[in-house]
Amino acid sequence: MPPPDVILASVLDGLLLGFVYGLAAMGLTLIWGVMEVINLAHGPVITLGMFGLFFLFQELGLHPYLALPLVVVGGLLLGLLIYGVAVHRVLDAPHLSTLLATFSVNMMIIGLGTAAFTTTPRNVDFSLGAVEIGPLRLLGTRVVAALAAVLFTLALYAFLYRTRTGKMVRAVANNRAAAELMGIPSTRILALSFGIGTLLATGAGGLIATLFPFNIFTGGVYELKSFVICVLGGLGNPTGALLGGIILGFIEGFIPPFLPVGWTPVIEFVLFVVILLIRPSGLLGAR
Amino acid sequence: MKRLKAPALWTILAAVAVAGIWPLLNRSATLREDMFLILMFVTLASSLNILLGYTGYVNFGHIVFFGLGGYIGFYLISQQGWHLIPAALAAALVTTLLAALMGGAVLRLRGAYFALATLGINEATRAFVTNFKPFGEATGLSLHFSRYQEYGGPASALWFTYALLVIVTLVTLLVSYLVKTSKFGLGLMAIREDEDAAMVLGIHAPRAKTIAFALSAFFPAIVGTLFFFKNGNIEPGDAFRLHMSIEGIVMIMLGGFGTVTGPVIGSAVYERLRGYLLTTPLFKDLQLFFAGMLLLIIILFVPSGFIGWLRERSARLREVLQ
Amino acid sequence: MTDQVILQIEGVTKRFGGLVAVNQVSFEIREGEILGLIGPNGAGKTTLFNVINGVYAPDEGRVIFRGEVISGLPSYEVARKGIARAHQVVRPLNELTVLENVVVGAAYGRRNLPLGEAARVADEVLEFVGLAPKRHLLAGKLNVAEKKRLEMARALAAQPYLILLDEVLAGLNPGEVAAMLDVVRQIRERGITILMIEHLMHAVMNVSDRIVVLDYGSKIAMGTPQEVANDPKVIEAYLGDPKMAQHLLEEQGENEEGGADGHS
Ligand SMILES: Nc1ncnc2c1ncn2[C@@H]1O[C@H](COP(=O)(O)OP(=O)(O)O)[C@@H](O)[C@H]1O
Ligand SMILES: [Mg+2]
Repeated sequence: MPPPDVILASVLDGLLLGFVYGLAAMGLTLIWGVMEVINLAHGPVITLGMFGLFFLFQELGLHPYLALPLVVVGGLLLGLLIYGVAVHRVLDAPHLSTLLATFSVNMMIIGLGTAAFTTTPRNVDFSLGAVEIGPLRLLGTRVVAALAAVLFTLALYAFLYRTRTGKMVRAVANNRAAAELMGIPSTRILALSFGIGTLLATGAGGLIATLFPFNIFTGGVYELKSFVICVLGGLGNPTGALLGGIILGFIEGFIPPFLPVGWTPVIEFVLFVVILLIRPSGLLGAR
Repeated sequence: MKRLKAPALWTILAAVAVAGIWPLLNRSATLREDMFLILMFVTLASSLNILLGYTGYVNFGHIVFFGLGGYIGFYLISQQGWHLIPAALAAALVTTLLAALMGGAVLRLRGAYFALATLGINEATRAFVTNFKPFGEATGLSLHFSRYQEYGGPASALWFTYALLVIVTLVTLLVSYLVKTSKFGLGLMAIREDEDAAMVLGIHAPRAKTIAFALSAFFPAIVGTLFFFKNGNIEPGDAFRLHMSIEGIVMIMLGGFGTVTGPVIGSAVYERLRGYLLTTPLFKDLQLFFAGMLLLIIILFVPSGFIGWLRERSARLREVLQ
Repeated sequence: MTDQVILQIEGVTKRFGGLVAVNQVSFEIREGEILGLIGPNGAGKTTLFNVINGVYAPDEGRVIFRGEVISGLPSYEVARKGIARAHQVVRPLNELTVLENVVVGAAYGRRNLPLGEAARVADEVLEFVGLAPKRHLLAGKLNVAEKKRLEMARALAAQPYLILLDEVLAGLNPGEVAAMLDVVRQIRERGITILMIEHLMHAVMNVSDRIVVLDYGSKIAMGTPQEVANDPKVIEAYLGDPKMAQHLLEEQGENEEGGADGHS
């Protein structure tokens, strides 16, 4: 049994990361919740968030946290574009069509990204030092990333529950046909929802870029994590995504002191399949 | 058997046989390698089509059968000294059995939930194999050069493997056709159209789906063994490449969902196109981008694929083109 | 019609959460009979069908078919035992042809036929319901009236002992209704027992031997069309829809005329 402070440090690290995972998953789950589309371009969109932040930092010398708002605005626009080009026309087609349409966007982004950025790893060379609490040492960038993820979540909820447009998003998510009868411009709301979903994904990507090196394929890893998280928290539920992210972060922090790190994904994905089978509405969802 | 008198079946089998035998006559190794990939994708796509096209269940993890079968076969050959043929068959049987067990559970999920679960199974298996000692963990397994002696040296081992692949491909297509035109296949298609209605009509959907799932696992497992035997090594990244799973779906969509010929044409066109893009300097770096664009165009404008599009033209074509 | 009971419903209850959709319903159907099942919208008629053919297991009670308890069996087993169904909301297998749809019914129905024989049965049934000219069309391309016939054809092709018809006349024009009623009568001539839900009062009164009335999930009346039409509880059940009550009374007269042909 490893010493308790090693476990605690590892768990805390994992938990902080979990908030960022949760943020990424929130983008995926929002899109599913509003239009029942599993966005298979989620990973590359996260990657674009990473590259966006990287270039604003590296080329324009912007402070990473000032660059982040620009990155997410780009993410929003990107989402609107993806929705308009690839998603809108197949929204009412069978699931396979939306899955493949978003996957085609995935291929296009990765294709363009590989050509433009190559596959060499990049790194946002930026540090905030560390916070020391007793024997524990928390990296500043991780603490800020977790806080930023919480801020994004609060902003999302303020939008969904306090603004007129946000209420329309919820109405469309609830029942599109009824919302249309009430005069809600559903196409615009759907496009906006998709945009917000990608906004959250690029936001998560930007934050992750301040933590780890990455290349064009890195987003794929977080896409898979997002699936796991969405299933933990219940597909379509943003709070569930944040909680699911924290659970995943906890697992990732808690397991390594006990087992070789390679077993973590085994446990994650087995958990994922098992939860899908026994509780497809997620740990939090009603049965 | 009246069904076996269908000209469409023999046309496609003959076409594949001729294309398959061509490199054997030419003794051209490059041609063989090109054809190997195409035939491999034909079997992957055709077997996937049994579940995806006939039954309507979107399997994102089809490649897990290829990877798992590949690992089992490769293990038997490299660690247990088995011959390629029994190893491939054993791998296929074990994989099919595992699929049957898994299918019973996952096939209760429908739509996107099923798709996600299959993706999870692939990733869980990959992660497990990466930590599994007998399969060489993250580095995988490799075959000692001398093991090819049994087949008359490395060169003839490659030809031998290729010849086996040609046979496996033909058998896969025959099975795909027989399933499609059988009562069982009709039941699968009824499930695809409306599972609850199909059950009310008397179709034992849970059993039919599980059989389709298990059957779709058999051929990829053989092909996995052949492919990795040919390569001489196997590692988790190559065996469980999610991307390949989805490419299989793309090929089916390209040629025509739920038809026997569709996946053949789709695989051939997709593979050739990729080969062309890869060897044309202008497109080389952007091949994935163009492949994605092609896919999007198909989804948006020709969702039933090439063969599907033809079949929609007339009832006669619908009957001829299975 | 014989006196042999083919289907017994014994105290069947089906709940959805707090809602009791079917409440302690009991009745029986005799072999060769046409039994009409009526009641206001939401009375639980379709749900009762779903319990009979195994889409749902009842929360209480049982269903006995030809001496065998079938409640709790999955729908595909019930189909094999010889109960077929035409759905209220049509469910064509869209991307299959009309013929293939009917072949599914024949191949997987009570007799579990091989494809060749199933195709022969299907051809005959398509001829019978008048869909033969459309046999090679995709089922999704049919119009509503044709889709209703297809539902019927698929159920018939199963060669069942008992057929459940759920509002097969709804949405049809008067000419189509008359044609469909003809088909219903001919089904009975073939010795198939019929349990039919119908909203069109004059039609169901006309064609049924007996009628069961459901209201809020409970059986409130059962008897010959005349008895039911004169039952104050039935009239009250339809009071939410006064026009319906009026119809009931009016069409009783029609039914008496219809009864004069002595069908049964
Ligand atoms: N699957 C279901 N889940 C929840 N409630 C249902 C379901 N099916 C039917 N109901 C409810 O049960 C009641 C009876 O419905 P139904 O049997 O369709 O009535 P009918 O066919 O007599 O019009 C209605 O209140 C309906 O809303
Ligand atoms: Mg009803």
